[in-house]
Amino acid sequence: MSRIPGAEGREPLLRVRNLTKTFTRPRGLFGGGGETVRAVDGVSFDVFPGETLALVGESGCGKTTTGRAVLRLVEPDAGEVIFDGKDILKLASEPLRKLRRRMQIVFQDPYSSLNPRMTIGQTVREGLIIHGIAEGADADTRVRQLLEEVGLRGEYAGMYPHEFSGGQRQRVGIARALSVEPAFIVCDEPVSALDVSVQAQVLNLLQDLQRDRGLAFLFIAHDLSVVEHIADRVAVMYLGRIVETASRDALYGTPRMPYTRALLSAVPVPDPAARRERVVLAGDAPSPTRPPAGCVFHPRCPDPRRDASCSATVPPLEEKARAHFAACIKEPSSLTPRDQ
Amino acid sequence: MTHTPLLAIENLRTYFHTDAGVARAVDGVSLAIAPGETVGLVGESGCGKTVTALSILRLVAPPGRIESGSRIVFEGRDLMELRESDIRRVRGNRIAMIFQEPMTALNPVFTVGDQVAEVARIHDAAPRKAAWQRAVDMLEQVGIPEPGLRARDYPHQLSGGMRQRVMIAMALMMKPALVIADEPTTALDVTIQAQILDLLRGLQKRFGMSLLLITHDMGVVAEMASRVVVMYGGEVVEEAPVARIFSQPQHPYTEGLLAAMPRMGRAQERLTTIPGTVPPPTDWPDGCRFRDRCSYAWEKASEHPALTQVAPGHFARCHLALEPQRRTKAGAARG
Amino acid sequence: MSEFAEPAGAARAWWTRLDVASRVSLAALTALTVAALAAPLLSPYEPSQQLDIIALKDVPPRLAHPFGTDHYSRDLLTRVLFGARVSLSVATLAVLMSAFVGTAYGLVAATLGGRVDAVLMRLLDAMLAVPRVLLLIAVLALWSPVPLPALVVLLGLTGWFDVSRLVRAEALSLREREFVVAARSLGAHRGRLMLRHLLPNVLGPVIVATTLGVGNIIVLEAGLSFLGLGAREPVPSWGTLFFEGTEAFIGTWWAALFPGLAIVGTVLCCNILGDALRRSLDPRHLHRS
Repeated sequence: MSRIPGAEGREPLLRVRNLTKTFTRPRGLFGGGGETVRAVDGVSFDVFPGETLALVGESGCGKTTTGRAVLRLVEPDAGEVIFDGKDILKLASEPLRKLRRRMQIVFQDPYSSLNPRMTIGQTVREGLIIHGIAEGADADTRVRQLLEEVGLRGEYAGMYPHEFSGGQRQRVGIARALSVEPAFIVCDEPVSALDVSVQAQVLNLLQDLQRDRGLAFLFIAHDLSVVEHIADRVAVMYLGRIVETASRDALYGTPRMPYTRALLSAVPVPDPAARRERVVLAGDAPSPTRPPAGCVFHPRCPDPRRDASCSATVPPLEEKARAHFAACIKEPSSLTPRDQ
Repeated sequence: MTHTPLLAIENLRTYFHTDAGVARAVDGVSLAIAPGETVGLVGESGCGKTVTALSILRLVAPPGRIESGSRIVFEGRDLMELRESDIRRVRGNRIAMIFQEPMTALNPVFTVGDQVAEVARIHDAAPRKAAWQRAVDMLEQVGIPEPGLRARDYPHQLSGGMRQRVMIAMALMMKPALVIADEPTTALDVTIQAQILDLLRGLQKRFGMSLLLITHDMGVVAEMASRVVVMYGGEVVEEAPVARIFSQPQHPYTEGLLAAMPRMGRAQERLTTIPGTVPPPTDWPDGCRFRDRCSYAWEKASEHPALTQVAPGHFARCHLALEPQRRTKAGAARG
Repeated sequence: MSEFAEPAGAARAWWTRLDVASRVSLAALTALTVAALAAPLLSPYEPSQQLDIIALKDVPPRLAHPFGTDHYSRDLLTRVLFGARVSLSVATLAVLMSAFVGTAYGLVAATLGGRVDAVLMRLLDAMLAVPRVLLLIAVLALWSPVPLPALVVLLGLTGWFDVSRLVRAEALSLREREFVVAARSLGAHRGRLMLRHLLPNVLGPVIVATTLGVGNIIVLEAGLSFLGLGAREPVPSWGTLFFEGTEAFIGTWWAALFPGLAIVGTVLCCNILGDALRRSLDPRHLHRS
C-alpha cells in the first residue's frame, strides 16, 4: 500500500498488514477434514492517533473477527499488527499483557458484556487491579470518577448489571475500557443493540471521550447513518476483504466500488419525499466456505461494466483518487500524475 | 377514514399482572387500519407496540391479559368476543403475522415446504399434494429461486433473507386481509432488507392486503407506510400521514426521535438527545407521561393530555396542540 | 436503589416466589437437619440402648415410642433420628466432595482447552465406563467393615464425573461470552478468568446438581447398607435400619416402614427443592427485572 489515506506526515498508531484468519468447521470423529472459512483474508489498514476508522460491512464480512484479531483476542493465522512500533502477534504473554492497557474493546451486546455476578464497581475496577494502577480506597475513587465520566452516578458502583438498562450497561462497558487509560479502542457495534434515543446519547459520549482523551477508534458497524456521523475514514469489507477505503466524505459522496454504491443506496432514508435510484442486489451473500473466483463480489455485481475478467482476476486495492482506494478493475483511477 | 376500516382497535388495554406490580404495557390504544393501507407503528423498547400486535391476535400469554373494555373490531366482528376455536380460524387465515427472527419462528425439524403447506392444510383442509403445490407457488411468488427444490430444504440450510421470505410465504398463503409485521427486517443486513421491503410492497400491490408494520426504524417507515402511529408509555402519542410526521411532528417525543437519528447526508457535530429514560410500565407518571423528558413542559403537564386533532388526519396527545405558543425555542434549548 | 443490597432481602424475595411444594420441602429438610443435629437432646434414649428386652421387645407405635421398638427393644424413633445424622452427613459430605472435584476438573479442562481438554475428557470417559455401583460394592465387600469417613471419600470420589461434564460444558460456552473476552482484553490471566469469571457463573447448575445429588446418595448409601456393606453398628444409617426392619417384617411392620419413609420423604424433598432451585437460577430471571 503506497499511500495511506490521511497520511500527511503522521505516524499511524496501528498498522495492520495482510491479516488473515481462517476457521475450520470440524467434520468427522476427531475433527479432521472440514470446510474452511477465510473470515479475514489479507486485510490491511492503518489507524492514526485520535481518529475514527470505521469498518463497515454486512454479516459474515469478517469485521468482528478483524476487530478481535487486531487485539489478539483471536489468534490470526498470518499478518502483522504493529501497535506503538511493536508487532503484537510476536509478543510473549507478559509484554502482551502490558501492551493490552493501550488497546481496549467495547462490545455490542449490553446484556452479555458484563459479568452478571460482579457489581459494576468490581467490573470497572478489574483493570486497575490487574495492572496495579490503583488499590483500595484509591481504586474506589477512580472507579467513581470513571462512572461519572461516562454519565453514571458514583453510587451505582455497588449495583449489579441486571438493575440497569441497556444504555447504562453500555456506559459501564465503556468505563471498563477507559479504566486502563488506553490510546485505542475497538468499538464492536457499540450502539447496534440500543434504541435510537439511547444510541444518540452513547454516540455523543464516545465523541466527547475521544476529544477529551485523544482516543483512536476502530468503529465496527453495519449502520451506515451512524458511521457517517462518527467516522473520519471508512473501510468497507465484503467476504473477508477490504473492498474500499476512503475518507468519510469521499466514500459517501463518490463511492468507487459497486458494492459500496449498492450498500449506500440500500439504506432507507427517513424522508418519504426522497425518490432515490435504488440499487437492489440480487440473491444472497455467497457462502464464505466457497468464495467466488476473482472478485468476490462479481456474481451479484449490478454494474454494467462487469464482464469475464471480473471472475478471472482478484482485484487489488488500488488508489482511484487521492487517498481513496477501491478493489475494482473496472473503476478507472482519477489520479493525475501530480498526485502520484 | 371515509369507508369502514378493516381493523378498528378501540381502547385496547393489555396489562401484565406480575409480582412487581401491574405493568400497563398497552394503556388505552385506539387505532384503525383501512383496507389496502400500510400503517407504521413506531416506538422504542417498552412503548407497547409489540404487545399491541400480539393483542390483536389474542396471543398474549399470562400474566398478560387484555382487560375488559378493549374492543378489536375486525371485518365487523369484535375479536375479543370470539371463542378460542373461532379466533384460531382468524389467525393465519384472515390476519397473519410475520416475526422478527425467522430462525426461531420456523420449526427446525420440518422442511420449509411442509411448514408453508401446513397453513393450507389447517385452514382449507387441503389434501397433501394440493397443499404442497400451493406452497411451491407461494415460494415462487416471494422470490425464492428454484422453489420446487428449496421447498425440500430445512430452515437451517437457508440464509436469513430466504427464511424471512419463507415466513412471508406462510403469512400470505391464505391471502389474509391484514398482515402484521413485527420488525420484519431488523435482523437482516441492509441489502437484504431492501429486497424484503421491495417484496412486501410488490406483494401488497398484488394481493391488496393491509399491512401493520411495527418498527423502530424511521427510514423503513418513510419507505413503506402511508400513515404513522407513534407510541410512548403504552399510549398513542401522535398519528399522522407519513409526510407530515417527518415535516411537521407535533409531539415532542416524535421531534426528539427524529432529531436523535443520525441521517445520511446530514452531518452534524452532535446528535440531539432526549434527556432521561423511559419510565417502567409498572409506574407511568401521572399526567403527561413524557413530562419528565420534555423540554417544553409547564404546569399543565400534571394533567393527562387527550389525543387532539391538529390538522386533517393528524393527531397529537400533547397540551401544546391547544397552546402552540408555548413551543418556544427557549423551551427547546433547556433540553 | 438496589432492592437486593442485603442478602436477607434477596432471600425473602426468593421465598415468595416458591410454590407450596417447594416451601414445604425446604421447611421439612430444615427441620430434619435441626432434629438430626439435636438428636441427643430430643430423645431420652440411646440408639443402642436396649430398654427392656422382655417387656419392650417388638412394641408397635404408641405414645412413649412413636415409632415402636425393634427386636432388641431399642426405641426406633431414636434410631431413626441418629440414623439421620449418618445418612445426611454422609450424603452431604460426599456430594460436596464430588462437587468440588468435579467443578475443579471441569473448569481446568475448559480453561486450558485444546489438547489438555481432550486428554482430560478421554480420561473421564474411561472412568465413566466403570459402573459406579458395582465398583462400590466390590471395594466395600473387600474392605468390610469400612469406617464412615472412608465411605464418604469413596462415594465422593466416584460421583464427580457428571458434575465435571456439566461444569465443562457451561464453562466452554461462558468462555465465549463477551464479559470473559473483555477480561482477557484487560489482561487477565487464565487463573483469574477461571476463578473470578467462570466459577461464579457455573455455580448455578452445580448447586442444582448438588441438591439433587444429596437425594441420590441417600438412596445409594441406603442400598449399600441394605446389602450389609455400608454403615455399621453401633451407629446405623437409615439403610441399615431398613435392612434390619425387613429381616423381621411380618408382624413388626413399623421397623421397616419408618426408616423407609424417612428415606423416601427426604429424597422427595431434595428433588423438589432441586427443581425449584433450577427454576429460580434460570438466566431468564437474571436479565431484565
